[in-house]
Amino acid sequence: MSSYENTPPHDTEDGATRRDFLYLTAGGFAAIGAASFAWPFIDSMNPAADTLAMSTTEADLSKIEEGSAITVIWQGKPVFIRHRTADEIKAATDVDVSTLRDPETDGKRAQKPQWLVMIGICTHLGCIPLGQKKTEPKGEFGGWFCPCHGSEYDSAGRIRKGPAPKNLVVPKYTFLTDTTIRIG
Amino acid sequence: MSAGPREPFENPVIEWFDSRLPIFTMMQKEYGVFPTPKNFNYFWSFGGIAMTMLILMIVTGIFLAMNYTPQENMAFDSVEHIMRDVNYGWMLRYLHMNGASFFFIAVYTHIFRGMYYGSYKKPRELLWILGVIIFLLMMATAFMGYTLPWSQMGGWAATVITNLFSAIPFVGDSIVTLLLGGFAVGNPTLNRFFALHYLLPFVIVGIVFVHVWALHVTGSNNPLGIDVKGPQDTLAFSPYYTAKDMFGLAVFMLAYIAVTFFAPNMLAHPDHYIQYNALQTPAHIVPEWYFLPFYAMLRGITFGFNLYILAGIGIIGAALWPVYTKGKALKDPLLGMTIIPAVTDFGQYSKKFFTMLAIAGVVFMLGYFSQTMGLPLPFSKWVLLDSKLGGVIAMFGSIAILFVMPWLDSHPVRSARFRPQFKVAVLAMTASVAILGYIGAQTADAMLFGVIQWVYIGQILTGYYFAFFVIILPWLSVTEKASPMPNSINEAVLQENARKAGAR
Repeated sequence: MSSYENTPPHDTEDGATRRDFLYLTAGGFAAIGAASFAWPFIDSMNPAADTLAMSTTEADLSKIEEGSAITVIWQGKPVFIRHRTADEIKAATDVDVSTLRDPETDGKRAQKPQWLVMIGICTHLGCIPLGQKKTEPKGEFGGWFCPCHGSEYDSAGRIRKGPAPKNLVVPKYTFLTDTTIRIG
Repeated sequence: MSAGPREPFENPVIEWFDSRLPIFTMMQKEYGVFPTPKNFNYFWSFGGIAMTMLILMIVTGIFLAMNYTPQENMAFDSVEHIMRDVNYGWMLRYLHMNGASFFFIAVYTHIFRGMYYGSYKKPRELLWILGVIIFLLMMATAFMGYTLPWSQMGGWAATVITNLFSAIPFVGDSIVTLLLGGFAVGNPTLNRFFALHYLLPFVIVGIVFVHVWALHVTGSNNPLGIDVKGPQDTLAFSPYYTAKDMFGLAVFMLAYIAVTFFAPNMLAHPDHYIQYNALQTPAHIVPEWYFLPFYAMLRGITFGFNLYILAGIGIIGAALWPVYTKGKALKDPLLGMTIIPAVTDFGQYSKKFFTMLAIAGVVFMLGYFSQTMGLPLPFSKWVLLDSKLGGVIAMFGSIAILFVMPWLDSHPVRSARFRPQFKVAVLAMTASVAILGYIGAQTADAMLFGVIQWVYIGQILTGYYFAFFVIILPWLSVTEKASPMPNSINEAVLQENARKAGAR
């Protein structure tokens, strides 16, 4: 055997040794390996292919009378579709947008003013707001009222009071005919 | 846990075993002759009570799992099947359901004991931190167990709690989807919650083992909070404390069994017996009682943190800087300029300190009123932290702050018995948490005597909770004068005995 194994690692001028380099590279590769191995486990918790497959839903609007609403399911989430009255549309358009917590005009939220389509999940902590049925409380602003923590939405589904930070989300949807929409 | 010097046992079988694996020696050392302060009161029984409840929960849970089905269409029915058809199924479930509540009663008492008698202080900081980790794991386990019956209350609790994570900027929604395994609570959620609900208790057992290990290194604290100075201050753990703990445990179990058999649904809700409906949130959704104080803090943050509120917090931080650093000055590293001067006498500093706190309070309230009542102030709409994220931070922060409690309170005296000001502050904090628990059970817009909304009282109490940890503890650490203390545990016990004999 040569005396190579007994010589101390060669020191460079700044005190770093070959051994430091080996520690760092070995440690770095071990970290990358561990992360690559962990990813399949983490990703297995994400939605499975069959969950993702339920990506669009069609809804028939012809049976919704003015002033009433239906709830359809899209991706396991409730979607509110409301046939708004002229008063409700007026109330929604009359609001000074700059005073809102999450400023958005009514025109931006409804493709056709009489039809309001949005995901019926409170943007606070995910409860389903009340206000779809005529007998349910609608809150001060004539829209929806979340029973969990008291958020109140107006007739355009915009947040007006309570802890929720955002307006009810408007999903992507297209009018297939005058009375049918496809959500998603 | 090493063999060390070993006394031989007389029984040849035990001796054969112990010379190969010294479990009997270890048990004898840690639970037999283990020197324990001789002045424990019944507060010291609650660690053992909590451990008993943990074992009971694991045993009942394993047998429940043999009859439970974690599938969205079958879970609710399988729980009803356990209640009606399985032999003693009703008993197993009621023991498990109420066992969770009594486990939390034991643990909350145990935590209160630790705070009141200063058990978190040096040298038991790590012991305390391990305890807070156990508490967090317990909360996660209890929450996931709550969803398993797939009831209206449980399913919607899963929705609300997982949605807390949506408050995290940018990645929040992806995290919620990852936790749920879908876009809403559904079968994948139920399935994984069951898997984790079964796993976590065993993780808790592991941490409890380390917690007890750390306890046996430092030794127990005691109601006087003074160190053990010699053998005259202690008793052998067995039979003295095994007997005392058994009695405490028996009384606790009596209460637990009474509730389980005579009022098993006292702490439950009717909504827990309605199957989960993804399209209908229950009208009045509340968590289990042991989460209510934290829930009230979450709901209490109805305002965004704007520049005024953050400035108020900043001024409090500046006032506290010398307190945190025990008087050191703060220099600007770039200019070499002193920003906060050194403090040599906290008695003199107190006037300045309280003036700064008052200014901070005014600035904070301006920001608060501009957020909640629409007080028109310049820049008051610039919110750096919205109310939702603020609420989530307050809720998690209220537990996270326990981790640093040993460093926030650096007063040399442990027990509240000798700290008159700390005693008032810590009891007031305990009362705040209890009242917050009451507020958490009310509806979002409930009123007190029809005059003031409970939510405002909740905000004040939440404020006090954080002030207790961040302001009061550090301030008392540098200013509070302790009352005279006995020289030793033995001396105090003998005096107490003499006093009692005299009274007789």
